[in-house]
Amino acid sequence: MLLYTRRAQRIAWAVFAFFFLLLFALPFGVLVLAAFTKQWNGAFPSSYTFSNITAAFHTDPLDGLETSLITALLSSVIALVVGTWSALALDAVRNRVGKTLIQTVFMLPIAVPSVVVGLALLVAFSQGPVLLNGTNTIVVMAHSILVTAYAFQQVSAAVTRLDPAYEQAAASLGARPYYTLLRVKLPLLLPALTGSLALCFALSMGELGATAMVYSADWTTLPLRIYALDDRGHQFVAAAVTAVMMTITLAVLLAVSRIRTRANYR
Amino acid sequence: MAATEADPTARRTGRGSGGIRFDDVTVAYNGNVVLDSFTLDVAPGEVVALLGPSGSGKTTALRAVAGFVRPASGRVHVGGRDVTDLPPYKRGLGMVVQQYALFPHMRVEQNVAFGLKAQKLVAKSEIPARVAEALRMTGMAQYAKRYPRELSGGQQQRVAIARALAIQPSVLLLDEPLSALDAQLRSGMLAELARLHRELPDVSILYVTHDQIEALTLADRIAVMNEARLVEVGTARDLYKRPGTEFAAGFVGNSNLLPVTVAECAAHGDGSFRVTVRITTEGGAPAGELVTATCTEQAAAGETRTLCLRPHFLGLAAAEHHDNAFSGTVSEVQWRGSAHRIFADVHGHEVRLDTNELRNPPAIGDEVWLHFSAEDAVLIPAAATGSPSADPASAAKTTPAKGTPSEPTPTAEPTPAKNAPVKPAPTAEPAPAEDAPTAEPAPAEPAPAEDAAR
Ligand SMILES: Nc1ncnc2c1ncn2[C@@H]1O[C@H](COP(=O)(O)OP(=O)(O)OP(=O)(O)O)[C@@H](O)[C@H]1O
Ligand SMILES: [Mg+2]
Repeated sequence: MLLYTRRAQRIAWAVFAFFFLLLFALPFGVLVLAAFTKQWNGAFPSSYTFSNITAAFHTDPLDGLETSLITALLSSVIALVVGTWSALALDAVRNRVGKTLIQTVFMLPIAVPSVVVGLALLVAFSQGPVLLNGTNTIVVMAHSILVTAYAFQQVSAAVTRLDPAYEQAAASLGARPYYTLLRVKLPLLLPALTGSLALCFALSMGELGATAMVYSADWTTLPLRIYALDDRGHQFVAAAVTAVMMTITLAVLLAVSRIRTRANYR
Repeated sequence: MAATEADPTARRTGRGSGGIRFDDVTVAYNGNVVLDSFTLDVAPGEVVALLGPSGSGKTTALRAVAGFVRPASGRVHVGGRDVTDLPPYKRGLGMVVQQYALFPHMRVEQNVAFGLKAQKLVAKSEIPARVAEALRMTGMAQYAKRYPRELSGGQQQRVAIARALAIQPSVLLLDEPLSALDAQLRSGMLAELARLHRELPDVSILYVTHDQIEALTLADRIAVMNEARLVEVGTARDLYKRPGTEFAAGFVGNSNLLPVTVAECAAHGDGSFRVTVRITTEGGAPAGELVTATCTEQAAAGETRTLCLRPHFLGLAAAEHHDNAFSGTVSEVQWRGSAHRIFADVHGHEVRLDTNELRNPPAIGDEVWLHFSAEDAVLIPAAATGSPSADPASAAKTTPAKGTPSEPTPTAEPTPAKNAPVKPAPTAEPAPAEDAPTAEPAPAEPAPAEDAAR
């Protein structure tokens, strides 16, 4: 957006600041505040404490952090591989109807409530040849299914935007399709790949609906623990655990975005 | 390339016999024929320019050789091998496209090494030497460590050529490689390309351009295309001096194309003929002076033909003392620094004359004589002009009937408003400056394409 006058710039900033504060800063600010709160009766906490944070680190809630990180890492990597593979394969499909059909199917996990995805997995793997009920595998599976949809969308968009001239230049230089994929297409797609990896990771870290259906006692992710803490009336400890989770997720996302900026050569 | 010549593996793509053959190639997109029965041979070591207006199918022809488009019929041969059914990566040719398509995530040297690595053409230890050689030939040695985005357009173009040359292809396909460069850089790169070809005399080059100067400068032969078809092919000299079709006469170099009526025709010894003609007026009647011209074939008296007169072969005289001259009225005088461009009305047709700067230029409305020598005035062969009654109306009708969506784009011409062309189509347009590509809107007859192609 090009705003030439100072006045227009100021108005734009004011509008942005208002919505930013209202939608992002306020809820998260309150959360961080709550993490250090002992008692909250009025508009602001009446007394502060560090005990929530120490509680978060000393009791079992943070065990869920490891579970969440492993789940998010596994599922986002699986999603990236499957999503990229599908996006590249679909790019080669010439049949318009088939293409649209597959694209729509990939949207399905986003379109239905995530609880339904969890339920579907539960129904599918509670009996019969493959029994996954109560394993950590089924949790990772649920997350992978959910976030693959996003990975596919993102990579797909980038693949269609890729200039075919590069692929053709590589082919004219004698590069086989596989070599071209490895040395030309994937490197050119890197910004989109890291972007969707970050998105998938973040989505998985925060996933609750499907996880609630399939989790087991020894594979309980952080969002579930936070929910349980809140349920038992420990709001401030829940806030503290959330604050820790946010910090770590942010750190991972920042690390990924560093790779992203290095991958941006254009 | 002396350094790598001795290496036996290096010859694996440097296939001894180069050359390209289009054998009756037809390409259609969704039923639209964009390349129509295209037949052309490029000999090993030869430079052939595909010259034609925008949309005439030049790029399509190139893509058919590279393998990016499949012909509906016909075969493509490269180096004596039928490659029609081979995927692009098995064809072993160098290609440089208009947008260069340098890999943005690779340094210049990595770009140039790409083909060598991809094909495992040479031992790893030899790659740096080959890359250095290709970069040296294109004068890009000191930019090896840069990324493409850190290079100017002309430098990127050199890298694209170096990348194509590194695999030592026997065939190089260049698609308007200079179109993204400004005029000054372009003439510099033209000289570079000519030098490159002297360094690599075995490489066949198919060079797509819509710029007649590029074609005349670089090419051994020029293939003129229009509306999906090959109109005429010949050496640059022949096409310029003895154009066989009106379209080629108008597109290769500038020319005045005048309808004339043949009075007499006689053999001239060297296989050509001398004809005396009169200008045909718009009413169809011959008018004015009898002048002598050259023709490559016998012409019958009374026939209507097209006379091709290059503007710079015309001389200006004030009084009637030249045997071979038209009289005309000056309609426009343009002073262009070192040159004068004069438009004169000759029996209802506009004729352009280019000459060195005149000390005493004529004024608008002056009566002048435009003289020329008989060998500089060429009568277009009958096959090219079509039937003797090739009136503009019937010529125009053939244009949309060919079923191609393409149309030659007329170049923006510096035509003065008062000279707005209100004349029959075969008449000469005041052509643009020499350094601009000419795109004559005058429709060409498709008939001679086959004859010319053989
Ligand atoms: N992928 C395509 N699908 C449909 N039509 C196409 C396609 N590519 C080219 N054409 C058509 O084919 C015709 C010839 O195109 P081509 O690119 O060969 O022209 P050209 O001679 O290279 O022109 P220019 O000088 O503008 O590059 C044009 O009419 C164009 O619209
Ligand atoms: Mg083109």
